[in-house]
Amino acid sequence: MLGFKKLSLLLTAGLMNFSATAFAAYGLNMPVGVSPLSASMHHLHMTMLWVCIGIGIIVFGIMTYAIIKHRKSKGHQAANFHENTHVEIIWTVIPFIILIVMAIPATKTLIEMNDTKAADLTIKVTGYRWYWHYDYLDEALDFFSHPSTTQEEINNLVAKDEHYNLAVDQHLVVPINKKIRFAFTSNDVIHAWWVPQLGVKKDAVPGFITESWTIIKEPGIYRGQCAELCGAGHAYMPIVVEAKTQADYETWLVEQKTPKNPS
Amino acid sequence: MTSHDMTADDAHHHGPSKKGILRWVTTTNHKDIGTMYLVFSFIMFFVGGSMAMVIRAELFQPGMQIVPAETFNMLTTMHGLIMVFGFIMPVFVGLANWMIPLMIGAPDMALPRMNNWSFWILPVAGTILISTMFMQGGGPNFGWTFYAPLSTTFAPKSTDYFIFAIHLLGMSSIMGSINVIVTIFNMRAPKMRLIDMPIFVWTWLITAFLIIAVMPVLAGTVTMMLMDRNFGTSFFNAAGGGDPVLFQHLFWFFGHPEVYIIILPAFGIVSEIIPTFARKKLFGRMSMIYALTAIAFLSFIVWAHHMFMTGLPLAASMFFMYATMLIAVPTGVKVFNWVATIYRGCLTFETPMLFSLAFVVLFTIGGFTGLMLSLIPSDVQYHDTYFVVGHFHYVLVPGSLFSVFAAIYYWLPKWTGHMYNETLAKFHFWISVISVNLTFFPMHFLGLAGMPRRIPDYALQFTDFNQIVSIGAFIFGAAQLIFVYIVIQAMRGKGPKATAHVWEGSHGLEWTVPSPAPYHTFSEPPTQIERH
Ligand SMILES: [Cu+2]
Repeated sequence: MLGFKKLSLLLTAGLMNFSATAFAAYGLNMPVGVSPLSASMHHLHMTMLWVCIGIGIIVFGIMTYAIIKHRKSKGHQAANFHENTHVEIIWTVIPFIILIVMAIPATKTLIEMNDTKAADLTIKVTGYRWYWHYDYLDEALDFFSHPSTTQEEINNLVAKDEHYNLAVDQHLVVPINKKIRFAFTSNDVIHAWWVPQLGVKKDAVPGFITESWTIIKEPGIYRGQCAELCGAGHAYMPIVVEAKTQADYETWLVEQKTPKNPS
Repeated sequence: MTSHDMTADDAHHHGPSKKGILRWVTTTNHKDIGTMYLVFSFIMFFVGGSMAMVIRAELFQPGMQIVPAETFNMLTTMHGLIMVFGFIMPVFVGLANWMIPLMIGAPDMALPRMNNWSFWILPVAGTILISTMFMQGGGPNFGWTFYAPLSTTFAPKSTDYFIFAIHLLGMSSIMGSINVIVTIFNMRAPKMRLIDMPIFVWTWLITAFLIIAVMPVLAGTVTMMLMDRNFGTSFFNAAGGGDPVLFQHLFWFFGHPEVYIIILPAFGIVSEIIPTFARKKLFGRMSMIYALTAIAFLSFIVWAHHMFMTGLPLAASMFFMYATMLIAVPTGVKVFNWVATIYRGCLTFETPMLFSLAFVVLFTIGGFTGLMLSLIPSDVQYHDTYFVVGHFHYVLVPGSLFSVFAAIYYWLPKWTGHMYNETLAKFHFWISVISVNLTFFPMHFLGLAGMPRRIPDYALQFTDFNQIVSIGAFIFGAAQLIFVYIVIQAMRGKGPKATAHVWEGSHGLEWTVPSPAPYHTFSEPPTQIERH
């Protein structure tokens, strides 16, 4: 009879292990990411996870105890209580206090997230079915970014690339340690631009502009996907962000602006 | 006096007035209609379930194998719509039809003809909805939340039929709810005050008000879609001065209370079953009712927590985040009350109890992830991922669905007059509870690792967990055939005969009538009412 209690405890215990160490290596917990915001998000996630695990251990622990000890087959007689004002007030008030304690850091990060002012550069991101368009508003530069996973790979005709479904022809190249403001919109239906490592997810709504920002702390390649159902190609709408040092970024900018030799 | 006794006696021995198919088409009997609701909803359960099986088969490996992307999107959409509107809502109406009159000592529902009508709309609406899959251009493929403009400008032609089906389903639910409310207010046994009503009846009273409040909003929303699609309006079209996000506000103003419409009756069911098998009164009965009311109220002011990524203003974000977090308080009270009810009880573990205890644990896990989702900063990383899929399936499958199993095992002896096969039922329970966790727990990891929801194909690092999920889903799906077998055997009278009381610890009026419950019950109102 106890199997499912044990199972749920096991799962909870498993969750602790996974989240702490083992699965971090396999990328199966929320990533800490490379921006201050993604780190705050991760921190909040872990805190709330531990709060839930704590409450879970207490509640499921008491249940397990009752299920083991207070069964008829052990000759246990039912007690007669069915209310207790003190206990009921306590278990209303304590969760309330926990929530207030949790709301404080959440609000702090939320306010930060919404502060898109004083950005070093702005990139306008437009969703299309099913690719992205990037427009560097401070530079005379814009381009499309199409998925580069081939139809043969999708149809299992050839071996799949390491970055299957997460590769594009043109990376969105950005500098590190700069506040990048994103302005999202869409050309057709609602899409959502999501790169977990940057801590950015925002809907791209046709006819409207939504905003988000990030500061990337480390150079590298960060991958994400469209996160709002947008039709048949929704699964094939990856995002690749390449963060470079300021110097490398500037070299890249110059390269991009130099007209390609048509010869 | 004599004539009065005779009519009462007469009524007790009366069966259905018509035989064969006409009995079911013309019936106004709450038990017949309840049975039809239950049968219909379980047919829908297996239709929606087989779609889930195809979805999981496609997701067993990266790459496209079984169905093309458009079909996949259609299957996820229809799976959601069928499970929500075709299964969970009607199955609870079926239980309400069967049990509310028996639990409050009423001879039938207050509006029996409307009851017949509200049922018979359902198969019509269901047929229209399912038929869209075979229409030119395919069926709805925009997710069960059908966000505009994907569901308006970019949707297949069949969407107009989908809109019509939603209108019909809404009418059916509204009529069913009116019936529940009128029955509860007017047909209770004379000595039963509202406060004396069983908790299941209480949850349905509140659910019925929620349905009446929000179904018209859904009807309005789909009508606006219809106008946008066919009559040149631009409610949801920015090019014409409209706003796609307005659609989401309207949808979730319906959609969030809807979430409680499909969980409150589950709360009621486990609140009936746990005291029975703990042989102890429900702990904190009054606080249960307050918590229910609080949850119902809060459900109207949290809708935008489904829209945290749409670019809400800061003040609105804060309001909806705090209001959402607040739901944890009354929900916590309910869980604590259930635990306190089993504490120092005299527990036995018949199948209804097993499903109810699993409900308490697994619904609570769904509640925990719900709490995590309420924090906007971390929601950035959860929103529209498999973390959310895991969250709401925990609430709906080992939540609502397990409560339905619990209810059916609990009341089946009353309906059929025969006990179900307990050994087989326990087997059904164990295999379900293990496979349900195998199916839905790894989804949380997938979401956290970055897998978006509603995709037919995924990056290679998600493969292992998707395979575990798929295997769990196949086992869970197959296990439900055992359930059908168990129920049919009991209906065919295979098990031992059930007593009127059925369970040692059962309380309430439904256990005072014989098993099986006669075609007409409480032609004379009961006089012995338990006071609270
Ligand atoms: Cu998209």
